Amino acid sequence: MSPSLIDGAATRKTPITRQQEQQAPATPANMPTVAQLENVSKLYGAFAALRKITFQIQSGRCYVLLGENGAGKSTLLRTLGGLIRPTYGAIKVFEDLRPEEARGRIGYMSHAPMLYDQLTGAENLHYFASLYQQRDCLTPAQALSAVGLDPELNRPISQYSQGMRQRASLARVLISQPELLLLDEPFSNMDIASAHQMLALVQRIREQGHTVVLTTHQRDLAEPIADYLVFLRAGALDSLQQGPAYAPSTVGEQA
Amino acid sequence: MSILRRRPYILAHLAKDLKIEWRSKDSANAMLFFALLVVAIFSLAFDPTNPYLHKFTGAILCVAIMFAAMSALNQVWARELNNQVLDAQRMTNASANDLFIGKVLANFILLTVVEIILAPLFVIFYNLNVIGQAWQLAIVIPLGTWALIVNGVFFAALSIRSRSREMLLPLILLPIFIPALLAMVMSTTAIITGASDPILWIKMLAVYDIIFTTVCLLLFDTVLHAEG
Repeated sequence: MSPSLIDGAATRKTPITRQQEQQAPATPANMPTVAQLENVSKLYGAFAALRKITFQIQSGRCYVLLGENGAGKSTLLRTLGGLIRPTYGAIKVFEDLRPEEARGRIGYMSHAPMLYDQLTGAENLHYFASLYQQRDCLTPAQALSAVGLDPELNRPISQYSQGMRQRASLARVLISQPELLLLDEPFSNMDIASAHQMLALVQRIREQGHTVVLTTHQRDLAEPIADYLVFLRAGALDSLQQGPAYAPSTVGEQA
Repeated sequence: MSILRRRPYILAHLAKDLKIEWRSKDSANAMLFFALLVVAIFSLAFDPTNPYLHKFTGAILCVAIMFAAMSALNQVWARELNNQVLDAQRMTNASANDLFIGKVLANFILLTVVEIILAPLFVIFYNLNVIGQAWQLAIVIPLGTWALIVNGVFFAALSIRSRSREMLLPLILLPIFIPALLAMVMSTTAIITGASDPILWIKMLAVYDIIFTTVCLLLFDTVLHAEG
């Protein structure tokens, strides 16, 4: 059982601020992994959205995916979440599961809030919590409080500001306490103060031992919390670097 | 998998759909408007005192229900497409069939409510006097409504990734629905006129419902997770 997202003690140290630019191994040995990608390609007709991507996602780490528009960041996240299947290659999550077999253990946040406009934040979260019967879910009030929203706010999502929508969307992801969080541009369309608040939330989640993979165009913003920086170019893995927050774990990982 | 074990998921989808509809009333208003329009237009076209009118009232009733349902079914997945809610639902522990059954039940309840509102208006506009066993209508109409809704929800899901989905749905749904529509019209007419026994048509409608519900449940997972 993963630690609670709201009351669990932090299992990681404060992020290291020194940037480690050396190239990290794509498949380090003896590390607990939550996902393993092997030569993953995704074709849309003749267009290759992903090209032979191979790397491991290690447990409790924060991966920041960087790249230009169309580099394949969102496609990679959707593939990891089991929302789309790779054309070639294989993805294994939680040791030996296909992503579509482990959807309940993966939280996915998209550009869109993925919530019903007509319902309030609490109603939306209550609905989604009821779709995770086997999991130890947070209450809607706990999830909303965790992202800094008022659980008593009796206003439909359509009347939320963009920043509030993003937080409510993150609360939806958090409600099922997923082991792997996939966040697609969580800071987009937010003012700088809201973006920093969102970043602090993501950092807290990461510090509680949850694995986070996020995409962003705002490298400067997200870099401080990154254990790994993953650079994508034209659908291919350009490089995988250790980020400023990287610290060797106690289970045999070598920096 | 047992439907009892899936019941919490189905009820969650059902409650959510009914709550949203209660607030917005989008589908209910559209269905009621179209149904009333059909009833009113046909009542103007036919003389209500015409003694042969009761032979057509079964067909008019079925057409009114069908038009009402079509107006709602076109938008049945619109709320899920908006804000990519469908992707969030796909990521949960609930199965595709839980979502499908919840959606079908919610729309079935909505259309039944519209039919209940429509019934007294129908009696007034067409001077309706049921000669056969009226209670049989309480079997025929729900069976026909289920046939329409179960196929409508399924084919609406099939066409959601199409750009011209609002055109596509009637083109796919209506030919598929013809056997059920025929059985519905014939049995309703037989009950209203009392001229023949509707049992054969009712059985046909029930068999149609069983076959198409089963096929839709078998295929819905593939349809929901298909990549467009």
